[in-house]
Amino acid sequence: MSNGILQHPFLDLEARQNKQIFQYPGINLGTEHEEAHTQAESMLFGFWVFLMSDAIIFGMVFATYATLVSGTAGGPGPRELYHLGPVFIETMLLLASSFTFGMASVALKYKHPTSALVGWLLVTLVLGLAFLGFELNDFSTMFAAGGVPTRSGYLSAFFDLVPLHGLHVTAACIWLVCMLGQIAVHGLDTKTKLGLLRLALFWHFLDIVWIFIFSVVYLAGLA
Amino acid sequence: MSEIPSRYAPRVRSAAERRDLMSYVWGLALALVLTLVPFAMVQWHWAAHTALMVTIGVLALIQVVVHFRFFLHIGLKRKREDLWLILFSASLLIIMVFGTIWIMVNLAARMAIPM
Repeated sequence: MSNGILQHPFLDLEARQNKQIFQYPGINLGTEHEEAHTQAESMLFGFWVFLMSDAIIFGMVFATYATLVSGTAGGPGPRELYHLGPVFIETMLLLASSFTFGMASVALKYKHPTSALVGWLLVTLVLGLAFLGFELNDFSTMFAAGGVPTRSGYLSAFFDLVPLHGLHVTAACIWLVCMLGQIAVHGLDTKTKLGLLRLALFWHFLDIVWIFIFSVVYLAGLA
Repeated sequence: MSEIPSRYAPRVRSAAERRDLMSYVWGLALALVLTLVPFAMVQWHWAAHTALMVTIGVLALIQVVVHFRFFLHIGLKRKREDLWLILFSASLLIIMVFGTIWIMVNLAARMAIPM
């Protein structure tokens, strides 16, 4: 055990490990992973703080959307612009990608062959990219129907909210490609494991934001 | 340290692994039901407008809890700081989001803007 990772000087590191009192949001690697597990406590809590501040940003954009949703200025409204079919497919794609990332987390935690972990991550990436493809197609359909961001306050708010989530998913996909590169170059070292744990939190968090988007924007808009 | 755990490890690990796996399977199953029901209700107009909106909202909140519990492994039995942070953020969100909507709707009503 190296000395540089001792973050709780008043507690014996080994005693903490044996009692399994290192705990953090998301799947916990457990004492089998030694250094990655002991470092994850502070790192993942820090990332969790970022996620909650991101949630506040999304919350305020949701509030903006809610106050502007009826401000269509004579332009097209939710009923003319939204289509339930593609939104349902997007929801299923994102939910499935959350599940496959969970499978990747299990493969990481229980030290399945690296090929299994990479396979689940690739499936997750494909599902994420498919989600983005469907979403971009939605936007172009809206544009064709006259639903451009400059048309009304409602449409400005819509294109503030939904593409903001899409940008997050894009960032998560880029991050996932970076993690695959990190696995290829460095293997499953401590840094790679911690990166995967944080990306898992980010991915599941984006799925939670999408629950609000399909409920507040699409289902409420078409109800 | 490495001798004793490795002797018992395989049995313990497989049980823990099954538990972790089932967490994701349960999360997926519950999330699927909580997604399919509101989509079907909107698609085939199973309820009046107000009842529909309330159902969509309630099911969404339940699904958020399901995702937190089964995908992010945040529960009452786990490290409490994570839960406190979520609850604090949620209280901030409720104050700011509902405060914004309250003020803006009230303003619109006073200025006779249709909303």
